[in-house]
Amino acid sequence: MPERKEVSRLNNELLKKALSGDELAISKVLTNIEYTTSDGLKYLQELTKLSGKAHTIGVTGIPGAGKSTLLSDLIETYVSKGFRVGVIMIDPSSPISMGSFMGNRIRMQDKTLLSNVFIRSTASRGHLGGFSSEALMLMEAMDGLGFDRILVETVGAGQTDTDVMSSVHSVVVLTIPGAGDEIQALKAGIMEIGDIYVVNKADRPEADMVYDAVRFAVESGEMSWRDGWKPLVLKVSALKKVGIGELVDALEIHSEFLKKKGLFETRVNSRRRKMIELILRRKVNEVVTRVLESNSAYISEMLVKGELATLIDSLYSSVKDEL
Amino acid sequence: MDKRIKVIVAKLGLDGHDRGAKVIARALKDAGMEVVYTGLRQTPQQIVKTAIQEDADVIGVSILSGAHLELVPQIVEAMRNAGLNDVGLVVGGVIPPEDISKLKSMGVDEVFLPGTGLKEIIAKVSSVAGKKRGIKVEQ
Ligand SMILES: Nc1nc2c(ncn2[C@@H]2O[C@H](COP(=O)(O)OP(=O)(O)O)[C@@H](O)[C@H]2O)c(=O)[nH]1
Ligand SMILES: [Mg+2]
Repeated sequence: MPERKEVSRLNNELLKKALSGDELAISKVLTNIEYTTSDGLKYLQELTKLSGKAHTIGVTGIPGAGKSTLLSDLIETYVSKGFRVGVIMIDPSSPISMGSFMGNRIRMQDKTLLSNVFIRSTASRGHLGGFSSEALMLMEAMDGLGFDRILVETVGAGQTDTDVMSSVHSVVVLTIPGAGDEIQALKAGIMEIGDIYVVNKADRPEADMVYDAVRFAVESGEMSWRDGWKPLVLKVSALKKVGIGELVDALEIHSEFLKKKGLFETRVNSRRRKMIELILRRKVNEVVTRVLESNSAYISEMLVKGELATLIDSLYSSVKDEL
Repeated sequence: MDKRIKVIVAKLGLDGHDRGAKVIARALKDAGMEVVYTGLRQTPQQIVKTAIQEDADVIGVSILSGAHLELVPQIVEAMRNAGLNDVGLVVGGVIPPEDISKLKSMGVDEVFLPGTGLKEIIAKVSSVAGKKRGIKVEQ
């Protein structure tokens, strides 16, 4: 990657400052980690020694379900209880431009000036070979930096969502009235990953119907239980701030359940394994991309000749050589 | 993986709509940048705090209310206090041409008046990111 003036200077002072709570230092540490610079991996190593205490909470659901609005409420409640809150919001990158429009902050700008809250947006960069390693690394780092609650928002679709949601302690799945397909999706198992199902927009009359449907799906065993936990179903209005206290209580109960069963630590360990897997996949993927680019003419030539098997063998050898 | 340019796009002050800012945010995204869009009615303090937490390379503010000579210096000062000396600042909006040099002497890197083409905005934001942060981008 191109050298950056700030980032390229290794500086343990930076990590010390970050650990003392300096926001700019935290931010620089996170950027280094996100881009897995050599400093970044050192920071990640140090922070991993300190991590494992935070309760990590994933919030997922279709666009417009109210995830960011709910996150804003959770931030408020957790801060008022005296916790330090880290927030990670993942938006997709465009496969064409590789850029990203990250608009989640719109719903929580009134939380920006609170102390004890650190909010970071990150693009999924999936097509760049990023997988969702960034999100997992940021989670690990925030945990090590001493945030007590880490909230992660992802759009409920695709591999990024699956990887992230399987790496947090508690998964909150949002569903809303008027999204008929949503119930189908829940039943089809697409979103059956929830520890807590939140029917949001409960200020709307149709919410009761959705609530009953989700309750029924849980009671009838259509929704899977993770590690013996029976999913909870709650009605919330994120906009009107109704039911937030109950959701926070439910999250505490879930966290206690995990701790009692020894699963809290298990999930931290599997998150770290997943993180390592994704970092490795990203590195290998970068090699594959390089080999494909540098052999572009050779690929065309071999395709014309119809030598597909030889082509693949030879490209695979080049990948292995580079590794 | 190459560092992508990260830009904050914010509406500064109390004026009402954000269509223009959104169009620019989308254009920067289409040019390959990672754009954090903060929406309407941002204070200088909120914008700078957002830039700190996001480790933004460039802050872009849109202002239509005419209060730029009052509000922009507050951003510049908050940036200085926070140690964001290497972060770019660009301002767009309804700004009388005679104020451009005033804004630039305060520390604003680029000023975009209504009618500035999206291509020009993209190119200038990239070059500010390059100059301030040492990020190379091939267009
Ligand atoms: N009526 C109603 N609207 C809500 C509620 N929660 C969120 N919204 C609105 O739904 C829209 C999308 O919210 P947002 O939080 O951005 O959803 P996200 O895409 O899931 O992050 C916004 O216009 C919110 O104001 C709610 O409880 N009730
Ligand atoms: Mg959102």
